[in-house]
Amino acid sequence: MDALAPTPTILEGPSLRQRLAAYGFDAVTLLVVPAAIFSLLLFVYPFAFGFILSFEPKAGGDWLANYKRFFSDPFLYETIGKTLGLAVPVTLLNLLIAVPIAFRVRLMRRQRLLTTILVLPITLGTVLVAEGLLNYLGPQGWFNRTLMTFGLISQPLKLVHNYWGVFASLVITGFPFTFLLTLSYVTGIDPALEQAAATLGASAWQRFRHIYLPLLMPGFAITFCLSFVQAFSVFPSAVLLGEPAGLTRVISIAAYQAAFEEYDYPMASAVAMIMGFVQLAIVVAVLASRGLFYRGPASGAKG
Amino acid sequence: MIRDTTIGSKLWAAAVWTVVGFFVVNLLAMIATVVTSSFATRWLGTWLPIGWTTRWYSSAWSEFQLGDVLLVTFQVVGAVVLISGVLGVTAAYALARRDFAGKRLLVLLFLLPLLIPPITFGIPLATVLYRTGLAGTFWGVVAANLVPTVPFVILVMIPFIEQIDPKIEAAARVFGANTFKLFIHVLLPLLLPGILAALLLVLVRTIAMFELTFLVAGPTSQTLVVALYYAVFAAGVRAVQSIDAMAVVYMVTTLIWLIIALRFVNPTQIVTRAKQQPAH
Amino acid sequence: MTIALSQFEEVRLDRVSRDFGTLNALRDISLTIRRREFIALLGPSGCGKSTTLNCIAGLLPVTGGAIWLDKHRVDTLRPEERGFGMVFQNYALFPHLNVRQNIGFGLKMRGTLKAEMDRKVDEALSLVRLQGQEHKLPGQLSGGQQQRVAIARAIVIEPPLVLMDEPLSNLDAKLRLEMRAEIRRIHNELGATTIYVTHDQDEALSLADRIVVLRDGVIRQVGTPKELYEQPAHLDVADFMGFRNKLKGRVLSSTNDRAVIDVNGAQIHGIAREKLSSGSSAYAAIRPDDLVVGEPGPNSLAVTVDTIEYRGREFVGTAHSHGGHDFVFRSHVSVEPGSQIHLHAGDERILVFAEPIQGRA
Repeated sequence: MDALAPTPTILEGPSLRQRLAAYGFDAVTLLVVPAAIFSLLLFVYPFAFGFILSFEPKAGGDWLANYKRFFSDPFLYETIGKTLGLAVPVTLLNLLIAVPIAFRVRLMRRQRLLTTILVLPITLGTVLVAEGLLNYLGPQGWFNRTLMTFGLISQPLKLVHNYWGVFASLVITGFPFTFLLTLSYVTGIDPALEQAAATLGASAWQRFRHIYLPLLMPGFAITFCLSFVQAFSVFPSAVLLGEPAGLTRVISIAAYQAAFEEYDYPMASAVAMIMGFVQLAIVVAVLASRGLFYRGPASGAKG
Repeated sequence: MIRDTTIGSKLWAAAVWTVVGFFVVNLLAMIATVVTSSFATRWLGTWLPIGWTTRWYSSAWSEFQLGDVLLVTFQVVGAVVLISGVLGVTAAYALARRDFAGKRLLVLLFLLPLLIPPITFGIPLATVLYRTGLAGTFWGVVAANLVPTVPFVILVMIPFIEQIDPKIEAAARVFGANTFKLFIHVLLPLLLPGILAALLLVLVRTIAMFELTFLVAGPTSQTLVVALYYAVFAAGVRAVQSIDAMAVVYMVTTLIWLIIALRFVNPTQIVTRAKQQPAH
Repeated sequence: MTIALSQFEEVRLDRVSRDFGTLNALRDISLTIRRREFIALLGPSGCGKSTTLNCIAGLLPVTGGAIWLDKHRVDTLRPEERGFGMVFQNYALFPHLNVRQNIGFGLKMRGTLKAEMDRKVDEALSLVRLQGQEHKLPGQLSGGQQQRVAIARAIVIEPPLVLMDEPLSNLDAKLRLEMRAEIRRIHNELGATTIYVTHDQDEALSLADRIVVLRDGVIRQVGTPKELYEQPAHLDVADFMGFRNKLKGRVLSSTNDRAVIDVNGAQIHGIAREKLSSGSSAYAAIRPDDLVVGEPGPNSLAVTVDTIEYRGREFVGTAHSHGGHDFVFRSHVSVEPGSQIHLHAGDERILVFAEPIQGRA
């Protein structure tokens, strides 16, 4: 044992670098800087810019003129109702179908074929789905043709250039998204919990009701939010498959027209802010109703 | 897993599979419609076209200048993949390895562009890009597409980097590797599968990214999906089959990369962003 | 054997400190390690033993003091510049490199020529008895084999100092004993200076030339295994060395190295290990082995048996006294749970310690 032999060491306090390192700031931390700057420049700044711009109406008037115009012009404010009228039923339908299917698919050993097929419409995107449905759901398309062959209808149903065309496209692209999210939550639950419940005498329905549902509720809430936000921002299919001047004039069409047809960027920004606000309001309402406000966003993104 | 064998649960299972079947059949039929039409000489009021031809492909190729559009598409996608790879992997490494003040805020900042639909932030972004003169240019399109892809790479890579034991890096250091050698001999080989998967997903997403490209692209900087939108939007000007041929070209371009990507990732990852590790 | 020892005399830690946070802080750790010595850092989790090792390796910066390798100050060097070998707790083998590449990694980083590298890796492979496994990946090896690779990787670079961070904690009990013997054998063959971190006193006692007991970032005692086992300096060291029965009492008298304390009315005579003053609180510490079932008398306490377990050659029992003390004792005869017995220990077998200062217990 060293008896504390005298040594020439000068005992100095921690250097600035050491103190920074203690708070996690060192050369490695700096690697995040380029991406952070990028995100500030191309995401935060445009958002803030758009927010401020929306209070500087092109045609003059007071700072709220754009918002006043939006909420006084039925051609504009009705877009909120029309968008919600599409997004809410579609999201609910997708979630309601996705949950039982996810529970069934969870039992499959080889899910990959199904998940691969389902990922197709997501990867192909809304433009292609709109293009495909135009023909497929059209009066001469295979869908109507099949229904008539089976004698279910006598006249072709009108399924494109109206509400139902957009609805169908939102189901085709939205259902796989909702389903795959739901599946990842459902498979994330330890099957031993269900087995434990079964040994305690719980029936299939009771196991779902008392074990899975409470555990999955946060996941379902997040799935609903993500799916809703996707549906609420519907754009290409509303133009191509719907009635962009009438029943399916959704809010993103209003924003696009303000920006690229009227070249009124302040108004377009105002519409975009309103669109973002409605999405946020619904998400907050859903998450808050589950007491999830703080946990929600973080775990949602992780899937 | 518990399987019930009662009549009720069998009926229930049958009902569930019917819904799945209905969905898949319609989905595949929709795709088949596009493909069939692109090879049709004339297809009106019948189950199948009167005759078959491939001439729509050559006419679509020249009418829509598909050669140029494809070139632009691959240039945009290539630039987006490279830049988001470099920015995303380095940032993910810092976020996975260090805890620092403001980290949660930063992660939230990277999360938002993935949660907010592109059309919502795309309009203010396009406004800024038009003001700076970047909109309509190649780099404007690349910049807009990077907004969701950089965060995407970051969020896919963080769990991937976290699962690599930091002790392995410590071991490399102790045994004499400096930062460069550590990266070349240890980190890069270990991260390669994750980087590959993340970048393939970025590639597929960027080919299919409509909204952002649509909002900022000019005539010489539009990608295939935007060109397809304009073609469908102006339907009636061109033959339907020609547009369908273009749609098939678009599908093939996307699906080739999707198939390659699926060799490295699970399909669910395309939606749920890397949550495939075993539960902790 | 050509895996040689680096030529140096000693590694000296001079008042090494690390101030950040409350956990894993170190205060004025001073220690000199001589060439060829095997030192064990022993202590409960959170005592700072791994922090000390990581500071020596350069993986954590020190905030005060210095580390010297003879006349060279090393605490300011980056880990890759120190040239130490390290065996990590879960081995930290490079999962993408095979056994041979893992072992050769350090040599490659140093730019060793291929022929020399092959020769040294071969030697290291035979030293840890892994010939024939050299092209496997770490994932294909058993825990014990991975452990051998980790050791070979650390010694093949002929480091002045080998650092081992709880290297056996991930192995099952049988393998742990086997690898303990292996580490002993390799140390005997090579004589590599080693600092070995563990929380297992058996490991420390059986492997080390000297043991350093750490607690709350402070060195509590340094000594040979025999010194620590027989003469623990403090109550917490005694606790670590197997003195499981600790009876709180009041000092009646103390002379030089003897003390008498009162434990719930019974007089206990023992060896004083710390300065004691009459009337103050103190603890009598006794190993379970040293408690025998006997008759009432001096150094004897009446207890009620709680449980009794058969352990092959003997019985292990637990009991409590009416004063609220719990006892663990060994016995060659079985006693009935619930029965009243007397437990007795010899004067020489009882160590008396002062009441620990709060927060340093």
